[in-house]
Amino acid sequence: MQNRKKITPYQIFSVINVGFMLLLILVTAYPIYYIVIASFSDPGALSRHIGLLWLPMKPYTLTAYETVFRNPQIVTGFLNTLFVLGVGLAMNLAMTMLGAFFLTIKGPMLKNAIALMIIFTMYFSGGLTPSYLNIRDLKLMDSLWALILPGAINTANLIIMKSAFQSIPDSLVESARLDGGSFLQILLRVMIPLSKATIAVMVLYYGVGHWNAWFNASIYLRDSGKFPLQLVVRNILNLAGSSAMGGGAGMDEIAQLAELIKYALIVVTTAPILALYPFLQKYFVKGVMVGAIKG
Amino acid sequence: MEKKKKSGLRCLGRDLRKYSDAYVMAIPVVLFYLLFCYKPMYGILIAFKDYSPAAGILGSDWTSSHGFQHFIDFFQSYYFTRILKNTLVISLSSIVFGFPAPILLALLLNELKNERFKRITQTVSYMPHFISMVVVCSMIQLFTSDKGFITYLLSLVGGPDYSLLTRPEHFVPIYVLSGIWQGIGWDAIIYLAALSGIDQELYEAAKIDGAGRWKQTLHVTLPGISGTVIIMLLLRLGNVMNVGFEKIILLYNEGIWETADVISTFVYRKGLQDFQRGYSAAVGIFNSVINFAVVMVFNRISRKATEVSLW
Repeated sequence: MQNRKKITPYQIFSVINVGFMLLLILVTAYPIYYIVIASFSDPGALSRHIGLLWLPMKPYTLTAYETVFRNPQIVTGFLNTLFVLGVGLAMNLAMTMLGAFFLTIKGPMLKNAIALMIIFTMYFSGGLTPSYLNIRDLKLMDSLWALILPGAINTANLIIMKSAFQSIPDSLVESARLDGGSFLQILLRVMIPLSKATIAVMVLYYGVGHWNAWFNASIYLRDSGKFPLQLVVRNILNLAGSSAMGGGAGMDEIAQLAELIKYALIVVTTAPILALYPFLQKYFVKGVMVGAIKG
Repeated sequence: MEKKKKSGLRCLGRDLRKYSDAYVMAIPVVLFYLLFCYKPMYGILIAFKDYSPAAGILGSDWTSSHGFQHFIDFFQSYYFTRILKNTLVISLSSIVFGFPAPILLALLLNELKNERFKRITQTVSYMPHFISMVVVCSMIQLFTSDKGFITYLLSLVGGPDYSLLTRPEHFVPIYVLSGIWQGIGWDAIIYLAALSGIDQELYEAAKIDGAGRWKQTLHVTLPGISGTVIIMLLLRLGNVMNVGFEKIILLYNEGIWETADVISTFVYRKGLQDFQRGYSAAVGIFNSVINFAVVMVFNRISRKATEVSLW
């Protein structure tokens, strides 16, 4: 009698809790799993299928992937995204670090005015239409620079970067100053080497932003040869969506393949990021923390 | 006064020389903000003008009613109440259902004993945060189409069996629920951090006082994260007029504008697709001004309610 353990309410709770977490994992992962499974399925069988899917519909096929990788738009879209990612990221890092470091320097009279000017933009902006006209007036329309320059600094990221620089002891900056180092040298030789973790956060935040961006491209670019990957994907998915919408029993093979391509396309554009994020998540998480503390 | 001004200028000159290498670093940053943030603010002028591209911002004529004609047109239009209502409905539903979700998740994750399982759950829960909006919205469209598995599951329990995004009444639930799917794991991070910051001795003390698990949660855990919760809630409420418009543009269609069209999507259509630049800018200003006022109000409340302020 005494050896028999009583089940406490907390133990019941723990079991329910684990069950809830398993459900959460299922709900989170299943839609993505479905997309992957569907992308390898037989287009005909898939188009007739309604409901949940646990395994690819036989016969398995890679046709959709072949079509995706042979599509010239997707290849150029990928290259455009890489260009924007590479050049944009370099610009983001340089500008963000310059601004963040300037705001930590003690002494300059205009520093507070510049800080105010920067912070104010977090609360008020010109809005969509004036920004659009601004890009047009600057003759950046239909240029990949329109995807890079207007977002060169994200003010929230600048504040995260600033707080990282601020955590570095003043004495290091002062002694470097006494040794005759310029502020640029101090940034390059002292601040940057000591803020690698936060810089990694910046790379990831800006990088994911560039990889996933589509809206500015959709309003600033006309030439489809310059479209980044996400915009190409959006256009293809939209097109396929409208043609497949009226489908049903009479859906022909092309429409079925178009449907399948959607799945493959989603896998191709999302796989790189989903493959990387589990290894990089500690940096992302760190970014959330620093961002929350804010300075 | 004069003297002070002069010495102030001399002071500034000396300052500029002394910190010249610092100011050189600030130049590109200041230029960026002037060119891409402040110049568009000056462009707001077109909201008071009959903008013509040939005449430019300054050269265009002022609208009638002392320049306020676009605003009057907007306030009197049929769209005004519709998009204002939709913006508030979508935003407030997202807060009511979306705000507590990550807090609850963080509390439950915190009770998991197995560290490995906890880590795996967390990693999986972050996943949707990294998927692009274009892809998330395509997935929503695929799964809620007449043959999608979400529609199928709903039809099993007596729900609709047609494509969900063709009816206005389904838009808000789809928007809010998919928003929770996208954000719950990521948004829980901040609360998990707050939970891990709670002093363990408080739990020991509570145990000695005879508090059970539930009492500990009530009297130690919840007070321990309440500061974070309040700050996050105020931040969220301050953004009540900002609805994620990329997602709406990707999801909506003309058939469901009745519930899906919000201020920002209206600004986008009028300004960029219908070329009503001035009118669209006026609607944009209306949104920015209210937004700014709301942020200020909530900042003041938070300053009064807690010592922690948003600045």
